[in-house]
Amino acid sequence: MVIYGVALLSFCMLVGVFVGDILGNLIGVQANVGGVGIAMLLLIILSNLSHYKFQIGSATENGIHFWSAMYIPIVVAMAAKQNVIAAISSGWMAIIAGVAAVVVSFAMLPLLDRIHIGEKDDS
Amino acid sequence: MILDSLIDVLTKNALITAFAFVGILVWFSYELSARLTRGHIHGSAIAIALGLVLAYVGGSITEGKQGLADFSLLAGVGVMGGAMFRDFAIVATAFGAELEALKRAGFVGAASVLIGVVLSFVVGAVVAVSFGYTDPVAISTIGAGAATYIVGPVTGTALGADSGVIALSVAAGLTKSVLVMIGTPFVAPRIGLNSPHAALIYGGLMGTTSGVAGGLAATDPKLVPYGAMTATFYTGVGCLLAPSVLFLAVRAIV
Repeated sequence: MVIYGVALLSFCMLVGVFVGDILGNLIGVQANVGGVGIAMLLLIILSNLSHYKFQIGSATENGIHFWSAMYIPIVVAMAAKQNVIAAISSGWMAIIAGVAAVVVSFAMLPLLDRIHIGEKDDS
Repeated sequence: MILDSLIDVLTKNALITAFAFVGILVWFSYELSARLTRGHIHGSAIAIALGLVLAYVGGSITEGKQGLADFSLLAGVGVMGGAMFRDFAIVATAFGAELEALKRAGFVGAASVLIGVVLSFVVGAVVAVSFGYTDPVAISTIGAGAATYIVGPVTGTALGADSGVIALSVAAGLTKSVLVMIGTPFVAPRIGLNSPHAALIYGGLMGTTSGVAGGLAATDPKLVPYGAMTATFYTGVGCLLAPSVLFLAVRAIV
C-alpha cells in the first residue's frame, strides 16, 4: 500500500529530526544537528536491509518515489519564497561576503575530491 | 462575481493552487530550456532561477519577506516550499542511494563539513575586517553569516551582536544560498561535481541546505541525496564552532 511507504518516510524523518534536536541540546547549540541526514541514513539502511529481512512492495515504494520525484518542484517553490530582496538590498559587504564564501568553497572541491580514504587501490 | 469566486477558490485551496502554479512554472521552464537553449541549460535550473526572480518581484511589490508567498493568492507556495516539505522530499531522495558510496566518502565527507564551516567563516570575517569592522563580535557574526543564514543570527544572538549586524549576517547567508542555487550547474563541470563522492564533499563545503538542494537539483538530481546528507550537518556544526572556538580565535587575533 502506498501509505506504508509514505508512513515509513514520515517515521524516518520524525526519528531523524528528533535525534538531531536532542543532539543539538546535548552539545548546547540552538540548532538541529544533522536531523535530516540521520533520517536519510535511516531510510538508506532500512531500504538496504529490506533485500533480505522484510520486503518493501512496489506500491510501498511508489509512496516514497512520489515524494522523491516531488523534490524538484518543491525546490522551485522554495526558490520562489526566498527573501531575495533582503539579499540584494543590504549593501555590498553582505553580498561580497556571501559571494566570496561561495567562490572559495567551490575552489576547494577539486582539492578535497582527490582524497579517497579507505578505498581499495588496485594499482 | 466569477472573478471573485475564482479568487476565493484559489485562496481557500492554497496548497493545491501552489501545486498548479509550480506545475505551470516548471512546464514553462522546460519549454524555455528545450526551445531557447536546446537543452543546454537544464529546465530545473531555469525553473529555480525563475522562482528566484519571481521571489524578487513578489518581495518588491508586497514588501514582505516570503517572496511570492506574500501574495495571499500564492500563500501555498510558502507551505510547499517550506522547510517541512523540503526536508521530507530530501529524505525521500535517499531511497535507493548507495550505502557503499557513503561509506567510501565517510571520512572526507565529515572533514569537508569542518573545512567548509571554517573556510566560509574566515572568508566572511576577512571581508568584514576589510570593510572596517574591528569589533570581534561583529566580525564573528558576519563570518558566521557567510556560513549559513541560520549560523549568523544564532552566533550573533549568542555573542550579543546588535541587530544591524545580525541582519547583515542573514543577508550574507542569503546571498550565498541564492548564488549556490544559480551557480552550481555552471561550475559543476569545471570543479568535477559529477560523482556521489564529489557531491558529498560539495554538500559539506557549501552547507546551505536550500542552496545545495537547488544547486544539485539543477545539476544532476541523482547527486541530491549525497550532497544533502552532509549539508544537513553543516548548520549544526557551524552553530557549535562559530560562537565558541572561532569567536575566541577572532578575539585573539584582532
